[in-house]
Amino acid sequence: MDNLTLEQDQATSEGPFAVFGTSAGRVDGRGLVTGAPVYTVDYEMPGMLHARILRSPHPHARVLLVDPAQALALKGVHKVLWWKDLPQVPHTTSGVPHPEPAPYDTCALNSTVRYKGEPVALIAAESEALADQALKLVRVEYEVLPAVFEISEAVKPGAPQLHTQVEIIPGFKTIYDPAHNIAAHGEYEFGDVEAAFSAADLVIERHYETPTMCHCALEPHASLAFLDAYDRLNVVTSTQVPFHVRRQLARALDLPLRRIRITKPRVGGGFGGKQEMVLEPLAAALALATRRPVRLVLPRNEEFSASRVRHAASITMRAGITRDGKITALEMRASTNTGAYASHADTVAHAIGHKTLGLYRAQAYRYIGDAVYTNRPVAGAFRGYGATQGYFALESFIDELAWQIKLDPLEFRRRNHTEKGGFDPMDYHPGLNGLEPGRSITSCALPECLEQGAKLIGWGVPRPVDKGPVKRGLGMAICMQGSGVAKMELGGATLKLNDDGSFNLLTGATDIGQGSDTVLSQIAAEVLGISLENIILASADTDLTVMDYGAYASSTTYITGMGVKRAAEDARRQILAVAAEMCETDPASLSIKQNEIWGPFGKTGLTVSDVAIETLYGRHRTQIVGKGDATSKESPPPFYAQFVEVAVDTETGLVQLLRSVNVLDLGRAVNPALASGQVEGAVTMGFGYALTEELRFDDQGTVRNAGFVDYKVFSPLDMPEMQTVLVEDPDPTGPFGLKSAGEVGINGPAPAIANAIFNATGLRLRSLPMTPGKVLEGLENLTGPAPDAPA
Amino acid sequence: MIEMNLEVNGREENWQVEPGETLLEALRRYHFKGPKLVCGTGDCCACTVVVGTKSVCSCCLPALKADGQKVVTVEGLAEEGVLHPLQAAFIETAASQCGFCTPGFLMRSYSFLKNRNPAVLPTEVEVRKALAGNICRCTGYVKPVEAVLKTARVMQEKAREQNG
Ligand code: FES
Ligand code: FES
Repeated sequence: MDNLTLEQDQATSEGPFAVFGTSAGRVDGRGLVTGAPVYTVDYEMPGMLHARILRSPHPHARVLLVDPAQALALKGVHKVLWWKDLPQVPHTTSGVPHPEPAPYDTCALNSTVRYKGEPVALIAAESEALADQALKLVRVEYEVLPAVFEISEAVKPGAPQLHTQVEIIPGFKTIYDPAHNIAAHGEYEFGDVEAAFSAADLVIERHYETPTMCHCALEPHASLAFLDAYDRLNVVTSTQVPFHVRRQLARALDLPLRRIRITKPRVGGGFGGKQEMVLEPLAAALALATRRPVRLVLPRNEEFSASRVRHAASITMRAGITRDGKITALEMRASTNTGAYASHADTVAHAIGHKTLGLYRAQAYRYIGDAVYTNRPVAGAFRGYGATQGYFALESFIDELAWQIKLDPLEFRRRNHTEKGGFDPMDYHPGLNGLEPGRSITSCALPECLEQGAKLIGWGVPRPVDKGPVKRGLGMAICMQGSGVAKMELGGATLKLNDDGSFNLLTGATDIGQGSDTVLSQIAAEVLGISLENIILASADTDLTVMDYGAYASSTTYITGMGVKRAAEDARRQILAVAAEMCETDPASLSIKQNEIWGPFGKTGLTVSDVAIETLYGRHRTQIVGKGDATSKESPPPFYAQFVEVAVDTETGLVQLLRSVNVLDLGRAVNPALASGQVEGAVTMGFGYALTEELRFDDQGTVRNAGFVDYKVFSPLDMPEMQTVLVEDPDPTGPFGLKSAGEVGINGPAPAIANAIFNATGLRLRSLPMTPGKVLEGLENLTGPAPDAPA
Repeated sequence: MIEMNLEVNGREENWQVEPGETLLEALRRYHFKGPKLVCGTGDCCACTVVVGTKSVCSCCLPALKADGQKVVTVEGLAEEGVLHPLQAAFIETAASQCGFCTPGFLMRSYSFLKNRNPAVLPTEVEVRKALAGNICRCTGYVKPVEAVLKTARVMQEKAREQNG
């Protein structure tokens, strides 16, 4: 960032930190453990109506007519809306900044529905039970259209075409190739790719497949919409991106932005599923139509079958390597299934290659990514954002390359991984003089991560041979993510001083469970020299807080943390200026420690509260408000090493996780307990991605496993012994040297487990999830003995 | 509507419930918002409350089955504003992230610890078995399990003080 920040960093780094770097309990901990009604689903209002969505039974159809007469005849049913009742304004639902890199290909309700379960009509009634009853009484006329579900089918000539080209608005994306259902496409080359392949001793190609995954945040999507005394539309909603939702909602319902107020109460988990406008326009349309508060909560089966999913991907890797273990060329081709609407299609299709390949040094890189429309539920953002799919392919592939030249996969990675200094080769952008570099690698503690992880798992230590049917093996993977998106973020806060020396920290950042409320409070308290309880945090309310892009891309601590730090520095400066006048001294000689003002010779006898009283009621009347915001020049990657030990039962195909060692280079840990919790949670999701989680469909596009019984997420009993290590190597650009922690851990388990299965049995699985069925089938077709243990 | 009487968190309640209404629906309708509806099918335990001496998934129990019973929800764990050691341990170990699963984890662990001899500490495996039905999508279970083990040690200490 700028020099100012660096200098002040040093100023605050003098003594030991008071609040920063401690595992202070969450500021919201008490509310969470006492069952306080803090989530959208807990909110109720007098006269509130309950909403339900009538969903399409067809994967592709025109909605010709909705006849609500019978439903409305039911006492207590207030409204039925369908597409003819709503503005038909195309927009995108992907919660990213304006102008979204996404074609405007959807309306609040579409006249053509494109997946089984797409909303067709909305019902508001006195109770959920009544609304459910009314659903069955709405009569709909459809014109059924042919549907297509697989990427390979959808791109063929003659396949049903899902979308026609959208209106071309300068600055916005259009659909890349509507005739072939290609929503988005990206091509990228760095260096002379063909020359780099020619320089190789070996050129190797492999293909990998990843499944559709569900977020399964325990709190469902929920929105409560109502009109207030000023006739403004208020939406209390479970979202990661309140400000993007405000902008998109204004467009979708054709309302002036100033008429909308979005507030986010406590959010019960997001993982990307709430980086998206999902229910807000539907609840809002009903509230506007009935002029009553309306609450819409997604039932769990609809969470699975009709909210958002992770893009299934099909990835081909190709590399040139030399016999002495150097990569010359790296190439990746990815196709993703974006489902019925583009949403995050473009950005995720890019991210699969751009967040991954730069992890390794090569002479040249090539990435080609496509996102394909099909009549499947909409794919959106999901923790890892494409990198998770990409790393399964890349890190499995790297292992395969190492085995090809009989090199220890750990050693192969050591020889090729990126290091501190230089730019990320996958982050160059077209400029005036050809490609210009984007983010640089400002810090990298990967060598230490590898060393610690290898030691803890016992990598390279000779192991007894398993004689029975259960074979054990070790596997590993490395990865990186971003800390926000370089040059693409904005976040900030204001700090208002109260009589008693406390501050209202108002921020647009959204705590979705990752603990940003706590971490941002810690940063503010640290800079101000006051205790944590004197920070009163409120987030997020589009009327009251400054603009913040929200919780995604692992950005909150890095970006908003920087904004909070600046706001606190601004407030501190104002406090010290007044204090200096009060003690007739130079502000530069003053500081704040433990809520008190200190001078060069110790305590001045003034407290922050004394200064507050002076400014609010004394001679220096003013309201002290500190303001700060931050954008991102860089996006320093957190680096991560994953090591696992598995036991493969060669008779049943069952893969059991025995141990997991998770080592994260996160720059600095503001709150070690919260940071390690992020890693543990991300890794556990990664276990599910590796072994059990897949949303399955029949050939008519119906979801087969819309519940926790058949869509298996990891339970406490499935867990391996887990060790998480945080490596601190301060990044020069982050506030206090920190980088992100929230996403990167999800990328490690799938490839590490695939590599461990190979190590145990010689079976290379290239398709997730690695179910007992796939293991058994693979083992049957296997020829040759298991490979030797890594050197 | 059918009338029923029960005790929730130590207070007498007189409820009118629908015949098919679940205990979870009734609790939430009567403003006990702690227990959460996540799956509604008995597969996640976010709705766990204690009825009598047992923890149950309240989303699967007809409300009328709790007629005449004593029910404890997460709101009843703290006594006069003082957190139960389990709640304190959940805060100290950062065992809640989004917190949506927390009421279920707390109530299941509460009944697990309550129904055993505090002098004998549970093993980690025993705790994991007790929580086997509880889903958390945020934490990876490391810290919730740690919180329960920590509470067991606190309760053992307390029991020792009381007996000694
Ligand atoms: S909500 Fe009751 S078990 Fe899931
Ligand atoms: S803390 Fe979010 S589900 Fe457990």
